[in-house]
Amino acid sequence: MVLKRTPLYDLHKKLNAKMVPFGGWDMPVQYSGIIEEYHATRTGVAIFDICHMGEFFVTGDAEQTGLDRIVTQRLRDLSVGACRYGMMLNESGGILDDLIVFRLDDHEWMIVVNAATSDDDAAHFQRQLNESESFDDRSVQTGKIDVQGPKSRDFLLPLIVGIDRLPYYGCARFDVMGEPAIVSRTGYTGELGYEIYYPADKIARLWESLLTRGAVPAGLGARDVLRIEMGYPLYGHEISTGVSPLDAGLERFIDWEKDFIGKEALLQYKQGGVAARTMCFVADSRRSPREGQKIFSADDKEIGVVTSGTFSPSLLKGVGLGRVAETVPTGQTVFFGTPDKKAAAVSAGRPVYKNGSLKA
Amino acid sequence: MDVDVRDDFLYTKEHEWALIDDGVAIVGLTDYAQSSLGDVTFLELPSVGSDVEQFEQLASVESVKAASDIYSPVSGKILDVNTDLDDNPELINKSCYEMGWIARIEVADSEETSRLMDAEEYRVYLGNLE
Repeated sequence: MVLKRTPLYDLHKKLNAKMVPFGGWDMPVQYSGIIEEYHATRTGVAIFDICHMGEFFVTGDAEQTGLDRIVTQRLRDLSVGACRYGMMLNESGGILDDLIVFRLDDHEWMIVVNAATSDDDAAHFQRQLNESESFDDRSVQTGKIDVQGPKSRDFLLPLIVGIDRLPYYGCARFDVMGEPAIVSRTGYTGELGYEIYYPADKIARLWESLLTRGAVPAGLGARDVLRIEMGYPLYGHEISTGVSPLDAGLERFIDWEKDFIGKEALLQYKQGGVAARTMCFVADSRRSPREGQKIFSADDKEIGVVTSGTFSPSLLKGVGLGRVAETVPTGQTVFFGTPDKKAAAVSAGRPVYKNGSLKA
Repeated sequence: MDVDVRDDFLYTKEHEWALIDDGVAIVGLTDYAQSSLGDVTFLELPSVGSDVEQFEQLASVESVKAASDIYSPVSGKILDVNTDLDDNPELINKSCYEMGWIARIEVADSEETSRLMDAEEYRVYLGNLE
């Protein structure tokens, strides 16, 4: 399969980025080094090329269009200028994708979805919406740069007038370097940060301007470490069609008061007892858990599987996320690895990185 | 990519190096290896006094991205390991031919070195990888 390239591809090559396939795209995994880019995000300002993600627009009333039935989060009380995280499910309650719904205006919604699932998601929307005219997939025309880090607000203020008024999970339209942009105060790092949706054919200019102003380019490698430390799920790892929101610990992003696709199946599943839950753990050593390794209880019983793992540059220890069959209380010892070779870890509360500037 | 290859060292196809002097080999990972691994975060070192066979596992290395095995360029008894790597595994990235050495091995069979590449051969080998 030919990998797709974002509008920033040539600029990544110019920066000598290492490129890797991700969700059908040729993406930068690192520039200077994952740990350096990680620290830039935790202490300063980093920028990420996120042009690969999908952006859908729906025009009309949430209930009348059918949008409300497609997503799990409550839209009824979502105010204009705010966005909310949730999921779209299949009829059996499996997670088709996780997504954020933006209310740009009373009857104007933007839905941001994962890159790998974008085409299937668009087909699902078109099938499920009451009128196909209300739907517009603008993924190709829409570029996206994430600006993340404790200094991101002060950094962006000279470029985006009024950005300091955006609250956590707020969104608004701005003029950014003479182009119409949508900016939200959201991210995937646990730090104060913004996501800028921008015309794809103009976004190279924005990227270069952010670099000139001193932002550090960061790749998917750093992004993965940052999100694992926060315990954020990644589609294809913690969540997939084979996993329900109840298994994934995402029930708080479900509005049980409304009707949505997959609700019946989830209610039935809940009644029978949920089979899995997620956990977060910190290794006793620098050893990193790896996806696919097993998780064992203190008394050596196999209880689950590692869904994501990495080295935490802040804790100087391995950290991991896992799906397990039983609740493991915080502070309890677990092991990860193979039956022949295990490393000790401790079940931890989320997030394992607790000094983030997310709500600063 | 600009890769550092040292003239007096010997090399394996798995990108380990050996510097042999007076029957003792100091071994480590090459610049190409450290650059491919990215930030090194953990090393599992062998026990001093144990024996290792040529091209068999000597140690293992973890980076942010992946875990991989390190193979021994020579057979012999392990005389010493670089314990600085326990707390500072990034020495492999910063100084792979000096501060980031991994082990010292008493060479059991000097004939074995004929199975290693010299610097010129390793440069050609790297050129063919790209």
